[in-house]
Amino acid sequence: MTLKPRDMTLFLVVFALIAATGFLQSWNVALGILNMGLVSAIMALGVNMQWGYAGLFNIGVMGFLALGGLSTVIISKPPVVEAWDAGGSRVIFALLVGTAAIVAAILAWKRIPAGKARAPALVAILVVGFFVYRWLFDPAVAAIEAVSPARAGNLGGLGLPVLVAWPVGALLAAGAAWVVGKTALGLRSDYLAIATLGISEIIIAVLKNEDWLSRGVKNVSGIPRPVPYEIDLQNSERFVERVSGFGFDPVTASTITVKLAYAGLFLAVLLLLLWLAQAALNSPWGRMMRAIRDNEVAAEAMGKDVTARHLQVFVLGSAVCGLAGAMMTTLDGQLTPSSYQPLRFTFLIWVMVIVGGSGNNFGAVLGGMLIWYLWVMVEPLGVALIGGITAGMPDGFWLKEHLLETAAHMRLLTMGLILLLVLRFSPRGLIPER
Amino acid sequence: MLVATRAPFGVASGSCWFGFHLSRQEGSLDLLNAIVAFANFVMLPAVAYGSQLALGALGVTMIYGILRFSNFAHGDTMAFGAMATILGTWWLQAMGVSLGPFPTALLALPAGIAATAVLVLITDRLVYRFYREQKSAPVILVIVSMGVMFVTNGLVRFVIGVDEQRFADGARFIITAREFKELTGLKEGLAIKSTAMLTVVVAIIVVALLFWFLNRTRTGKSMRAFSDNEDLALLSGINPERVVMMTWIMVAALATIAGVLYGLDKSFKPFNYFQLLLPIFASAIVGGLGNPIGAIAGGFVIAFSEVTITYAFKKVAGYLIPAWEPQGLVQLLSTDYKFAVSFAILIVVLLFRPTGLFRGKAL
Repeated sequence: MTLKPRDMTLFLVVFALIAATGFLQSWNVALGILNMGLVSAIMALGVNMQWGYAGLFNIGVMGFLALGGLSTVIISKPPVVEAWDAGGSRVIFALLVGTAAIVAAILAWKRIPAGKARAPALVAILVVGFFVYRWLFDPAVAAIEAVSPARAGNLGGLGLPVLVAWPVGALLAAGAAWVVGKTALGLRSDYLAIATLGISEIIIAVLKNEDWLSRGVKNVSGIPRPVPYEIDLQNSERFVERVSGFGFDPVTASTITVKLAYAGLFLAVLLLLLWLAQAALNSPWGRMMRAIRDNEVAAEAMGKDVTARHLQVFVLGSAVCGLAGAMMTTLDGQLTPSSYQPLRFTFLIWVMVIVGGSGNNFGAVLGGMLIWYLWVMVEPLGVALIGGITAGMPDGFWLKEHLLETAAHMRLLTMGLILLLVLRFSPRGLIPER
Repeated sequence: MLVATRAPFGVASGSCWFGFHLSRQEGSLDLLNAIVAFANFVMLPAVAYGSQLALGALGVTMIYGILRFSNFAHGDTMAFGAMATILGTWWLQAMGVSLGPFPTALLALPAGIAATAVLVLITDRLVYRFYREQKSAPVILVIVSMGVMFVTNGLVRFVIGVDEQRFADGARFIITAREFKELTGLKEGLAIKSTAMLTVVVAIIVVALLFWFLNRTRTGKSMRAFSDNEDLALLSGINPERVVMMTWIMVAALATIAGVLYGLDKSFKPFNYFQLLLPIFASAIVGGLGNPIGAIAGGFVIAFSEVTITYAFKKVAGYLIPAWEPQGLVQLLSTDYKFAVSFAILIVVLLFRPTGLFRGKAL
């Protein structure tokens, strides 16, 4: 499938909007929007696979993004040797014991014939497993978190290049998605929604509280970059010479170069994913997915395993979200667990998919970039609008103060309205499925 | 372990008796202390929280039973209702009105319910009705409810902001821990918060009214008929728009009451109401979506599990097994993981009994 002229125009409009920001405000801001827009486009691609291809309702996007973010810490931060000595192997052993208890419980449930012995055996395995796990886990965690808590207090990572974290983030998210999908798929469609909502809250709670892993609310900063640092560029004589030759200020040029490098990386990933997603959608597999989405009963009658296919596409979509989460954390350079807000990281992605056009990969990409642009721009616009409305009111008037104070909350209202209007009047989105 | 020596000054003669009793039967008093501590820190909070969850889950389950979708905007409807009530309360307080020992919010509650009812009816007219007439798939309605959630959330933040608001006034305690200790001479106090008591009483009244309405009145019966079999209900001349309207009004009332009670008991913060969505849905699903009795049972199951599992049992264990000096807090899970409890229960129910504890849809 190729893009129609109309769709091309829409993409051009978005790029023109970003470029206008570059001309009017600054290129740093414009490139910042572009980079996050590209990452948002990848998130939207992931959600579009689940919703657009298969009609699965995932409202735990935030959790999968956060898992991707965690992977950058685990992979790219240098290991904290003292912490590993203090309790690294013990924590891993405890986690293995915990997993073994769960596996044993599942095996017991499957192997022991239904009867009086089964439920007590299951409960006994889980209870004993839990206490053994806590008995092993708690002292190890205390030991790790005692290691220079102000600076580290966690295990650190493997010290590998940060780009390795991207596919690893995808794998982590895929693993979590598999667990959720295995339990909640095949039941009523709302159940998957609730289960994903739950898992995302839990993942965030883990990131916030397991200091040994992610330093919790102390945040992990200084995650290594896949691109050069601004300061190194400014100290490099060749770079300074070259940009000065073009008549640019070296400091501004260095920040823009770094952002462009990120943009190049993200664009490469996005194009690769887009190509893969398009190939998958137009393959027999993609047609099967859509057939299942449009009529599950008929597809099942044709011999398709609906639940297994749903699980497959759910895991794939979540993996893409995990990848995007890792990219986002790489771009930020730090993992801030408390910054993960469901309205921003789950529902906004949904607005992107619906507005862009569910079921169409190009639509998802367009929606991702456009809605991100609007998300960034609505706040200053809202403040300006409120400023205009209240200009006529006397200073110190309570309504004026209140309006000015709350202008920042215009975003949610606007995004909700956009979502509702698109769903009502143009439910197929800007670039409809064909 | 001599309680009598630690008893506060001016103890009543009754406590002396207890103290005397203690010297002979230390064990049974320890047991009493343990029970009181358990009641104070686990039972009472769980009953109050369970009532709030039950009221929330009732709203969700009614929408599911009659309008046939999972309403993700419910948490924010609760926040809106609480907000409207808070504004009313502030106005009343500014006018110098008060209810004595009761919170003024009770007086403002009807106005809050009315405002919320207007909001949900407008929402239904502008948003949901279109999809109902189109006979859209439930999942579309769920996404629509997500949009409504966004807008309602924005509205609440716009009017009252994101900060925490306290609006509870009147008496704080029915009996304070100190009074209880003086009364009984026990080492442990049992503090009964008036808001917790109020929550339970109001919840009982509301649930009784709801069931009376559903089972005894003509409108209630038509709602149940509509939920059981829509086509048959239409054939027998039930006006669907009227049923839908009644449902929304009742949901608005339930949501507002739940929201206000939660706000009185804890505090009002818009984001907390969004986070209540998970335990509320877990309650409704655990009980069986569409089943009001299930919603109430589910609310208490979730609340008791959550509070019990996240409570640090060190104190209780100390009374029960005096020789054992636990090193940690004897806490199964830290309170930060309370979502994990709702989630785990939800998963267990989904795995073993996907229709919930109370099967069937019998609204």
